[in-house]
Amino acid sequence: MPRIGVFVCWCGSNIGGVLDCPAIAQEAASFPGVVYSTEYKYVCSDPGQKLIVDAVKEHRLERVVVASCSPRLHEETFRQVLRRSGLNPYFFEMANLREHCSWVHPDTTVREQAQRKAVDLVRRAVAKAARLEPLFPGKIPVVRRCLVIGGGIAGIQTALDVADAGLEVLLVEREPTIGGNMVKLDKTFPTLDCSACISTPKMVAVAQHPNIRLYTYAQVEEVTGYIGNFKARIRQKARYVDHSKCNGCGTCWTRCPVTVPDDFNLGLGERGAIYIPFPQAVPNKPVIDLEHCRRSTRGKCGACAKLCPTGAIDYEQKDEFVDVEVGAIIVATGYGLFPWEKVYGEYGYGRFRDVITGLMFERMVNASGPTGGKIQRPSSGKEPKTVVFIQCVGSRDEARGKEYCSRFCCMYTAKHAHQILEKIPGSEVYVFYIDVRTFGKGYEEFYRRVRDEGAVYIRGRVSKVYQDGSKLIVRGADTLLGEQVEIAADMVVLATGAVPAAGAADVARMIGIPQDKDGFFQEAHPKLRPVETHTGGVYLAGTCQGPKDIPDTVSQASGAAAKVCGLLLRDELETNPLVSKVNEALCTGCLACQPVCPYRAIQPVTITERLPGQPPRERVVARVNEGLCQGCGACTVACRAGAIDLKGFTNKQLIAEVDALCL
Amino acid sequence: MKIGYYPGCSLESSAKEYDRATRLVARHLGIQLYDLNDWNCCGATAAHSTDHFLAAALPARNLMIAEEMGLNVTVPCAACYQRLRLAHRELTENEATAREIAELLGRPYQGKVRIYSLLETIAGIGLDQLAAQVVRPLKELKVACYYGCLLVRPPGTGCDDPENPRLMDELLLAAKAEVLDWGYKNECCGASLVFSERRLALRLIRNILRNAVDAGATSIACACPLCQTNLDTRQGQVNKEFGTSFAIPIFYFPQLLGLAMGLYPQDLGLGKHFIDPQRAIKAVGG
Amino acid sequence: MSVNESDVVTTAEGAAWEPKIVAFLCNWCSYAGADLAGVSRIKYPANVRIIRVPCSSRVNPQFVFRAFERGADGVLVAGCHPGDCHYVTGNYYTRRRLTLFKRLLEYVGFEPERFIVRWVSASEGQRFAETVKEMVDGLKHLGPQKRVSRV
Repeated sequence: MPRIGVFVCWCGSNIGGVLDCPAIAQEAASFPGVVYSTEYKYVCSDPGQKLIVDAVKEHRLERVVVASCSPRLHEETFRQVLRRSGLNPYFFEMANLREHCSWVHPDTTVREQAQRKAVDLVRRAVAKAARLEPLFPGKIPVVRRCLVIGGGIAGIQTALDVADAGLEVLLVEREPTIGGNMVKLDKTFPTLDCSACISTPKMVAVAQHPNIRLYTYAQVEEVTGYIGNFKARIRQKARYVDHSKCNGCGTCWTRCPVTVPDDFNLGLGERGAIYIPFPQAVPNKPVIDLEHCRRSTRGKCGACAKLCPTGAIDYEQKDEFVDVEVGAIIVATGYGLFPWEKVYGEYGYGRFRDVITGLMFERMVNASGPTGGKIQRPSSGKEPKTVVFIQCVGSRDEARGKEYCSRFCCMYTAKHAHQILEKIPGSEVYVFYIDVRTFGKGYEEFYRRVRDEGAVYIRGRVSKVYQDGSKLIVRGADTLLGEQVEIAADMVVLATGAVPAAGAADVARMIGIPQDKDGFFQEAHPKLRPVETHTGGVYLAGTCQGPKDIPDTVSQASGAAAKVCGLLLRDELETNPLVSKVNEALCTGCLACQPVCPYRAIQPVTITERLPGQPPRERVVARVNEGLCQGCGACTVACRAGAIDLKGFTNKQLIAEVDALCL
Repeated sequence: MKIGYYPGCSLESSAKEYDRATRLVARHLGIQLYDLNDWNCCGATAAHSTDHFLAAALPARNLMIAEEMGLNVTVPCAACYQRLRLAHRELTENEATAREIAELLGRPYQGKVRIYSLLETIAGIGLDQLAAQVVRPLKELKVACYYGCLLVRPPGTGCDDPENPRLMDELLLAAKAEVLDWGYKNECCGASLVFSERRLALRLIRNILRNAVDAGATSIACACPLCQTNLDTRQGQVNKEFGTSFAIPIFYFPQLLGLAMGLYPQDLGLGKHFIDPQRAIKAVGG
Repeated sequence: MSVNESDVVTTAEGAAWEPKIVAFLCNWCSYAGADLAGVSRIKYPANVRIIRVPCSSRVNPQFVFRAFERGADGVLVAGCHPGDCHYVTGNYYTRRRLTLFKRLLEYVGFEPERFIVRWVSASEGQRFAETVKEMVDGLKHLGPQKRVSRV
């Protein structure tokens, strides 16, 4: 029996405030194999780690059990401690007393039960520790290439940073242009610098960077593999324009006879069936929207093909697939807007044309937008004199929308209010709000300035918007005055909150990133690992992880890039030693394990068996390719002879755990 | 279709014409209404403003009767409809109250009865079916459908979307009326404030009438005896108070459906209005 | 006395009997889901003891049977939702194997409530807590597992 040491962590009051840690340590001392048992306030801290190192030396410990938080958080931390102590890092086991006990059983009424459970969990860990074997990771080469999914400002920034470090980047964007939501914005708060002026140069930099390969109008369809060695399949959607021939002269898109509502301008403008989303698009070459193309709807037209001076139009183009190998993936799929039309009946379910969203307002006030920067009512084209802004549409509304705060709406509304007051003399602006949140640098100052300019802030919700002749009547509560207010407005702008981009769930499933309850991608740790995910080699940048403004998005994008550089600039990676292994003496060669392996890691091999007193004979056994095996353990259950076992989760260990828990 | 019918007290008195129109239209559409045996007042609005237990127990008795008859129940009055729905919810979700009421009334409620507003019941036969019965399309009728507050609130117990109800609009569209989009279809008419806060109630009525007229309505359809009484009988007072000159007829929606199906106006109780509906009726050729 | 005495199960020490549940949770989804329940401070009964496995497909029916033999009153196996497995197809094997195994258990007389297979994703802390609650309620109703228990 190896000599086991047990360290019970208080985690401050997180565990110590609910469980009696000294009592747990005392009881653990009596478990088989335990020669040393103690407790400490924070075992993960520097003195806590030193405690382990010293105890290993002093008590000649051979296995270490830490009873603290989730192994998903600190297993790696403590393995390093064992390495420093001169022990094999896999001689370590954790009992999860925090997430699985003290945090979920905090009530005094169940104190005794929780205490008993904690002791059971430690007993389980000790039982497993007693049966741990030394494990040694192998080495694998790293593919020095990074895949970035999403070409908004997060994807652009992260791609540029990784590429500048000398690594190869593949940037995949599903729209015909990169730029994302940011490039749709007019001015950015609180500095009021023009969004296009600061984002389009970055877009160009991406297109021209020697280390970046750009795939627009493309989607990642399949991801397999693991950290350092992913394989991805990219679908290049048919553009029906051969971009290698097209010179972007613009003849085709100015002469297309079709007009359809323009999604880039959120339906406020029109475009042709062959189009570029906006004049500064990157790449500045068109795609054909076949659904609306007259040649495909009516069978004849072909104007663009006739006009194209380079013969780039190809109506027969098909989707193409590109298979790539990458070492890391950065997901930057961004956000969409809360679909307010479906639930906010009091704002008219989208029936009133003059009720618009903040993003529509951005397009309207943008000089390159559908109105050329003129603020006008969609219904009549006239300039609005009275504009009402409604905050928190879809955000902070548990009944109808989402519980969370979308973080940027307060500020963009303040900016919109400023723009109305600046551009329309004699205009009136009212803002209905719950709280005004101005957390960023220079934000509060900007908000104050807008109030000073004359924006009237009303604290309360709007209960109803209805059409009365040409006016929209906005009825709401002023909760500071305790009064009902009614405003006859010309236009109502909704501060619609952010939700994960359409298709986020598919990306999550494809790559294996957990989503939080609202569908945003779950970071590995909310504070200390904000750009990593629980899938090794996969990182997050920008609003796909949660709503954030441009400065925060760019910071996170650069953070993800730094992480990727840290990974890919290594020569090789350690492989996971928790893989399956065949005991060839027991293996009958039935190969029932082979078809259940998702990684095709099991192959038959012929071995020569020499038994005493018998002539050598050849027979077939199964063998696991440790480079391919990911350690799921499905094969272990399929094995009839019990010949395959999973290192780190062996049959013996698991059965000992069961026994320890049922004691 | 067989269904229990809970007319409620108003339909026996001030809203007799609603009752008559409902029965006629139902018969015409093949909906067999079975009056609940020995039904009692639902308690609105006096009970629930004074005694919550009574407010659940009074409608509960009616639900038990319907359950014994093995029928679902349709309710023309918006207030009764809301009371019955809320009582059903209380009885099925709150065990303690359910037990107490079962003890009081000497029988349990299994929760099997479904409660439908008259709008739902008629819509339930199918809009095509309804349209097929129309012999006198209400083409000239510019009507604002008025739902009031009780029919659609609170959310979850109402018969339609609380912010933009459409059921009555759909029914009258099937009768080829010109239904208008307007802003006050779900506002309160102030019926319960008329005696305590007369001026406030009159202002609420004025707002509704004004919004309907501004939208171009020549008549208002409603599905509640109190709304109808309030909007119909007090237009004179509104005009006096605010110097307006409203004279817009307020119909019960089955009266309009009946007209469209070719039933006689006097049978539908169209002679009982304060604001003479004759012009509107003539306009549709009735 | 209004309470039927046979309704209240007590242990030898006289305390009210509490069922013991052994739970096998896959590392990537369900273990993370149980962690999330903790992080979100969602309370659930303290009757469950968790064993971490890399994938629900690592759970050999023998482990489940062993737990029953050793006196567990209920066993829970939880993994990623079908289609979401970290190991691509692992949980399909779980589903097939354990469906069969559950039938076998029922055939030999186990109540269905004693062995539960549930999909719990990393974002479903609430669902994990509810699953435990539901199981504990069911087991309290059934009483101790004595069919194969050797304790």
